[in-house]
Amino acid sequence: MDYLNALAAIANYILVPGMAYGAQLALGALGVTLVYGILRFSNFAHGDTMAFGTMFVILITWAMQRVGINAGPLPTALLALPFGIALTGLVLLGTDRVVYRFYRKARVKPVVFVMVSLGVMFIMNGLTRFIIGPGDQRFGDGERFIISARTFKELTGLREGIAIKTSQGITVITAVIVVALLFWFLNKTRTGKSMRAFSDNEDLALLSGINPERVVLYTWLIVAGLATIAGTLYGLDKSFKPFTYFQLLLPIFASAIVGGLGSPLGAIAGGFVIAFSEVTVTYAFKKVGNYVLPESLAPDSLVQLMSTDYKFAVSFSILIIVLLFKPTGLFKGQSV
Amino acid sequence: MKKLLLATTAASLLAGASFADGHAKEVKLGILIGFTGPIESLTGPMAAGAELAMAEVTESGMLLDGAKVTPMRADTGCIDNGLSTANAERMIADGINGLIGGDCSGVTGAILSNVAVPNGMVMISPSATSPGLSTAEDNDLFFRTAPSDAREGQVMADVLMDRGIKSIALTYTNNDYGKGLADAITTSFEAVGGEVTISAAHEDGKADYSAEVGALASAGGDLLVVAGYLDQGGLGIINASLDSGAYDTFGLPGGMIGDSLPANVGDALNGSFGQIAGSGGEGIEKLTAMATDFDATSPYTPESYDAAALFMLAMQAADSVDPADYGSKILDVANAPGEKIYPGELGKALEILKNGGEVDYVGASAVELIGPGESAGSYREIEVQDGKNVTVKFR
Repeated sequence: MDYLNALAAIANYILVPGMAYGAQLALGALGVTLVYGILRFSNFAHGDTMAFGTMFVILITWAMQRVGINAGPLPTALLALPFGIALTGLVLLGTDRVVYRFYRKARVKPVVFVMVSLGVMFIMNGLTRFIIGPGDQRFGDGERFIISARTFKELTGLREGIAIKTSQGITVITAVIVVALLFWFLNKTRTGKSMRAFSDNEDLALLSGINPERVVLYTWLIVAGLATIAGTLYGLDKSFKPFTYFQLLLPIFASAIVGGLGSPLGAIAGGFVIAFSEVTVTYAFKKVGNYVLPESLAPDSLVQLMSTDYKFAVSFSILIIVLLFKPTGLFKGQSV
Repeated sequence: MKKLLLATTAASLLAGASFADGHAKEVKLGILIGFTGPIESLTGPMAAGAELAMAEVTESGMLLDGAKVTPMRADTGCIDNGLSTANAERMIADGINGLIGGDCSGVTGAILSNVAVPNGMVMISPSATSPGLSTAEDNDLFFRTAPSDAREGQVMADVLMDRGIKSIALTYTNNDYGKGLADAITTSFEAVGGEVTISAAHEDGKADYSAEVGALASAGGDLLVVAGYLDQGGLGIINASLDSGAYDTFGLPGGMIGDSLPANVGDALNGSFGQIAGSGGEGIEKLTAMATDFDATSPYTPESYDAAALFMLAMQAADSVDPADYGSKILDVANAPGEKIYPGELGKALEILKNGGEVDYVGASAVELIGPGESAGSYREIEVQDGKNVTVKFR
């Protein structure tokens, strides 16, 4: 029984939040990695693209709620998601047409591209705040929990509860579906194959008759989809605030780099590595210890490896170690 | 820039001389608070409160045989030390007789050590709450009508004890305010026999708080005290704790009290409680009735009215506008013995002092200066009931 309690505590405070956070990071990192692999630059505007897309979803969700459309136990935002993705896609294509294409034609160095994306980031940043404001926005509705901690305790009679939020469940399921679709697209469809070819060797791809503008178009559309989905899932799970999305850029880039920039599989692995390292290494095992160890050994202290202040230090130490020993990341991406 | 600096220095040197003549017919009070920056929404009513007291005194014609009190406003930016000291220098050059300010704790310390102490100027801050200012080197020139966070720690410990809470987990926002308050709560709560199982910092504006909540939950405790900001990490911690079932009741210090918190968290916050500086009763009601064109219940506005009033009462008691003369009188007029003075009665108080009597200024925020010249501090105990912050008690 005590072992079950210990397991429940670990599941509730490490596994469940880690899975959800990891899935959110993985979706974000996939977007970053695609832009890096195919368009060949680090897109600093990705965090704010997520905020921008989520803003569309929120506005459409509010409109739907006003006219009484809802998805029953699921959040209305899921219904608004396709529209949000479409709008974000248009915005990204517009940005590409107005900004990035000029630099692509000029064949500028990657670092210039990074600076350009920084400029795009500031503009999106400002527009988001201008349209929806800098504060917290709430747009989640429907059932809040799949199973709440209290229900779990009543069902099982354990002292520790496991809470699984609807948003956490949706996050993981959506992430699995999206990733499966993306891999199918990249590996099985003609367009996907041409994108990979373009990523592997641009000149050869051009020689074999691949239209670069089409590749760019599809990349931005997929990135818009990934960013909007990641942003909306994150907003449903935590809350929407433009500043937090800007901050999200850091762990997302860490995930993409740890996994190997340009490698979709690496982005997913990196997302989970970063999420779990933040949650696990700073976890205080006192409660778990109290359940598992005999009374004479039960810990008085928190049994915490290091304070939660250091959780970012942990994920960035992992980043540095990976880069030192495997400069291309865990899954052979491109070296940075 | 260099020229400007030179001019400022020269002007402030000259200012020293100009004190000597004494402004029998005009008293200038500087209001140096953050009209721009993080607390800009609070400073409008604060300045209006201070100016209301000055207008009241000028109208009464009782101060030093009919002196006129003129306010002079300047900005600190709340967090800009350079701006604050430059503006303080300028005000001294302009010949102020007393300085109401600063507002945020950091700049207040900077103004005190860089300008007020070297120039011998008396400062009364209406809103700086850092415990560090209690022990700052001030040559008895610094007072505040706002209570120190150390006092809030004691109040919080009392509130917790009265509700039968024996152990708490504590998390604070990782800055001077959060750390100072967390230390104060820990010290006070342990002194009355409570237990703090963990005291962990959280960063504001981060993506995910499950790691913090995991550690806080593992440490255990009857409830979680969140010494943070209600629209920042504090909100994130509370949401994550409720979601994972880690805690369902929260202790909420001043930074977490506001209408947006119950609105953002929802029904689950009902039953959580806390405290914020503020007082009830006669003083605040009188000020609210007098304040026709600003909100007198806005935070630190009563304290600003009181800061201005204390300056003028002390000047009257010392029969001088020289900081060296009236500085020592501030504690006398603020505390017993004497006749109790409420907002709107400043004329009466000045008359009593003129006739050699004594006053005990109560004002809008129930002023009682203790120790190194800071407010003893009255607090409102707040409980969240039906999604609203309800004042249940005054402490």
